[in-house]
Amino acid sequence: MSMAVDHLNGEALHHFPDAHTEFEASKLGIWLFLCTEILMFGGLFVAYFIFHGLYPEAFVEGAKYTDWKLGAANTVVLLFSSLTIALAVHFLQKDNIKAAAVNLAITFGCAALFMLIKGIEYSHKIHEGLLPGRWFSHAKEAQELPTYFAIYFTTTGIHGLHVLIGMALIIWVFIRTIRGGFNSRYYTAVEGVALYWHLVDLVWIFLFPLLYLV
Amino acid sequence: MSDHKHHIMPLKVYVSVFACLLVLTVVTVWVSLFDFGKLNMWIAMFVASIKAGLVAMYFMQLKYDNRLYLYILLAGFAFLALLLGVTVFDISTRVMQSSTL
Repeated sequence: MSMAVDHLNGEALHHFPDAHTEFEASKLGIWLFLCTEILMFGGLFVAYFIFHGLYPEAFVEGAKYTDWKLGAANTVVLLFSSLTIALAVHFLQKDNIKAAAVNLAITFGCAALFMLIKGIEYSHKIHEGLLPGRWFSHAKEAQELPTYFAIYFTTTGIHGLHVLIGMALIIWVFIRTIRGGFNSRYYTAVEGVALYWHLVDLVWIFLFPLLYLV
Repeated sequence: MSDHKHHIMPLKVYVSVFACLLVLTVVTVWVSLFDFGKLNMWIAMFVASIKAGLVAMYFMQLKYDNRLYLYILLAGFAFLALLLGVTVFDISTRVMQSSTL
């Protein structure tokens, strides 16, 4: 990035005709990336539906070991964090830098809370010997119960990895925000991180009923 | 295209959408208390799709943004539907042997 480009005053990188085109080009890149994310998580969802169809009793038994209260709590936490990061963008559009920073901080707090609750769930399951494969040591009625937990740990694990990456990205844009790096004319990075964060929320919206309730 | 102002959604829209998402989460949990058999899965996916639609349209601003982004998102889901549809069709029409997969 060239220091000479004054993004905050509406300037664009020299190969873009104007700041709006630069913003839209960045956003197009983010949306294409989100599309690949949908396809990546999509493969896991397809695996879920196939194995659910083949071994329904394993999924009924498996869901009994998940605590829907913790899952529901995490759903509310992530939905709220989606609201706050959307508000961070909203306040940057209105040049309210302080409110934007506060909302980014709340979003980060929610992400940390999500991982904490996820950690509690994971430690219970690992303690009970529900890790799949050769680590599975729990008593089971359904023969294919470890398959349920293979899906459970793969989907929630990759989703959790996305939350961790999101936390790092939120810190990055938070620091840039409090250093005065964004305003209503330039907030591309916050917009991109927000879009990514909404997708992480979107994936969880489907994971929650599939793993905890159905 | 002289004015490139971003569309700014009123604050109360964000809060209303969040309230809707909370209500739909309660609905998801509540419905799961009843046993509708195979219908449970369809209801859960239907409610989740509405929630996902709300997040995409309002929080991700697709309702007001360049339509291209909406088409990219829909293309992702279209190819996902293709993957799911063909795979489910394959698995469900196989003649199973006595051994499991």
